[in-house]
Amino acid sequence: MSPLARLLTGRLVLGVITLAVVSVLIFLATEVLPGNAAYAVLGHNASPAEVHSLEIQLHLNRGILAQYGSWVSGLLSGNLGTSIANSSPVWGLVAPRLVNSAVLAITAGVIGSVIAVLLGVLVAARKDSRLDDAVSSLALAITALPEFVVAIALVILLSTVVWHILPGVSVLPPGTYAWSEPRLLVLPVAALVIIIVPYIFRMTRAAMIEALDSDFCEMARLKGVPPRRLLLVHALPNALPPIIQVIALTFLYLAGGIVIVENAFAYPGIGQGLVNAVSARDIPVIQFIVLALAAFYVVVNIVADVTVLLLSPHRRVAR
Amino acid sequence: MTAVRSTARRAAGAAAWRRGPRRSSLDLLSRAARTPRGMFGLILAGLVVAVAVIGPFAAPHSATAFTTLDYAKPSAEALLGGDTLGRDVLSRVLDGGWVLLLMAVAATAIGVALGTIAGITAAYLRGPAETAIMRSVDVILSFPQLVFALLLVSLVGPRLWLIVLAVGFSHAPQVARVIHAASVSISERPYIKAKELNGVRPLRIMLGEILPNLVTPIVVEVGLRLTFSIVVMAGLSFLGFGQPPPAPNWGYMISENRVGLALNPWGVVVPAVLIALLTVGTNTFGDAAARVSIGAAGRPSEVALAGAAIGAVGVPEETIDAGTDEEGGAL
Repeated sequence: MSPLARLLTGRLVLGVITLAVVSVLIFLATEVLPGNAAYAVLGHNASPAEVHSLEIQLHLNRGILAQYGSWVSGLLSGNLGTSIANSSPVWGLVAPRLVNSAVLAITAGVIGSVIAVLLGVLVAARKDSRLDDAVSSLALAITALPEFVVAIALVILLSTVVWHILPGVSVLPPGTYAWSEPRLLVLPVAALVIIIVPYIFRMTRAAMIEALDSDFCEMARLKGVPPRRLLLVHALPNALPPIIQVIALTFLYLAGGIVIVENAFAYPGIGQGLVNAVSARDIPVIQFIVLALAAFYVVVNIVADVTVLLLSPHRRVAR
Repeated sequence: MTAVRSTARRAAGAAAWRRGPRRSSLDLLSRAARTPRGMFGLILAGLVVAVAVIGPFAAPHSATAFTTLDYAKPSAEALLGGDTLGRDVLSRVLDGGWVLLLMAVAATAIGVALGTIAGITAAYLRGPAETAIMRSVDVILSFPQLVFALLLVSLVGPRLWLIVLAVGFSHAPQVARVIHAASVSISERPYIKAKELNGVRPLRIMLGEILPNLVTPIVVEVGLRLTFSIVVMAGLSFLGFGQPPPAPNWGYMISENRVGLALNPWGVVVPAVLIALLTVGTNTFGDAAARVSIGAAGRPSEVALAGAAIGAVGVPEETIDAGTDEEGGAL
């Protein structure tokens, strides 16, 4: 078996195991720990009759194993259950949100990665210059900013106090998708881009500087390779594996980061859906969104590992 | 003769343990504070901490009393104007930071302690224990940190102790990874093997021999996790899962006063700026500490620093305290 196939199967098996464990944890956490999920939903002054009917609806009157079994078999057959908050199917509620969140995260991830890598390469070529100092210090400062501070700063700057160019909230009519109103996407995407660029930038700069310091780049320099070619053909490919890893981590981060940013802009994605569900204690919706985010994590991790393997020739060969 | 010598060794080792870590962690921090970056970070964070700590005693009004009009403009009576219900923004700002700070510090302590215990145990015991611990770490890491906290909050409701525990737990796996990576090589060093052959018990080796070598990565982790704790705590509060209203809280102030941004922006701007200064300050200082620790061990690696910032790569081996190592090796 080639190393790639071995890695892929290994990772897939580990991914499936991880998801299985995560599903058990989510299930246990939401259904068993609080004592009684029906009370958690209805509040402690619910009448016994209400509690009883909800228990039947949630299958709480059955054993734990049976409950878990019916939840998982429902998941696998595409039946995600019914939302408690507004008694419509979970899939119908969450699917448009998944699409909107994917649009937001992918747009921000791609734009952010491109900007950050370009900036990193540019700055690495001028290491320790004034430009490097300025950009690196700014990047360090921004990495520490909470998402909602960035979001609020954008709102203050571009939609309320200073200028009134863009809408400060991204409320979409129900049933429509984000691309029907591109203007609404601008601020949420901008907020996420500002947050992720510094991480990828720092790693790109660091990896490029390390590559440029290496013997083979010194050799190329002595051979008379022009600076731009040195930077893009000799140094960049060697700096890619850590950069890819950080981009993957950034996408993982986005899965959590959208929760705050979506809520800051009232953007109808799964982040907002999750917070609404937590406020309403809508357990079926919470379970599905958390599991979807965990599945996203597993997939991104596998993609990142495979890409890094494909990019490093010495690891591709069987040892 | 051997017995005498080994007692002497043990005494010396114990002394080094008592003296060593305290000296080196203080040393690392003071060296970090003397770098321009570290001093800048310390001053920023210090200012905000001062506001949060002294603030409650300096507030001109009660933080929950209705003293002015909704979104009133700043006046002599209310220097920063009124908030969404006509409460004094200045008083709420002054009173709204200390709980957030306490919760962040507590969560950091829980997270770093749990992660360090798990990391050292996994690295020293090896075998099935290591597999079990590190695989659980992988599983917990397949949740976004904030989502993990939200999941827990959805169960028991927004109780403060629960939020502290949830955020603390969610730090533990990252810390465990870093500490595990750093302890694996230490636990294979010859003097550790020598201790084992001398019959020193595993717990004693982990606490007395391995832990003191980890002071540097632990200090660096504390810096990183503290920043994340503040960000996550304030974020949860922003989402409405923090101190229940009407208690003032910088994170929640931003969302409750947002609607009146055009009327009186100060109710949003001031808490946002304070949180920003605090996290930028702790992060800059943490970065300075990481730089000092890596620089001291010789080979500075920007890749490692950039990786540590996003929690990608463990703190590299070269940051493991070189001084304590020599001391241990000489015993």
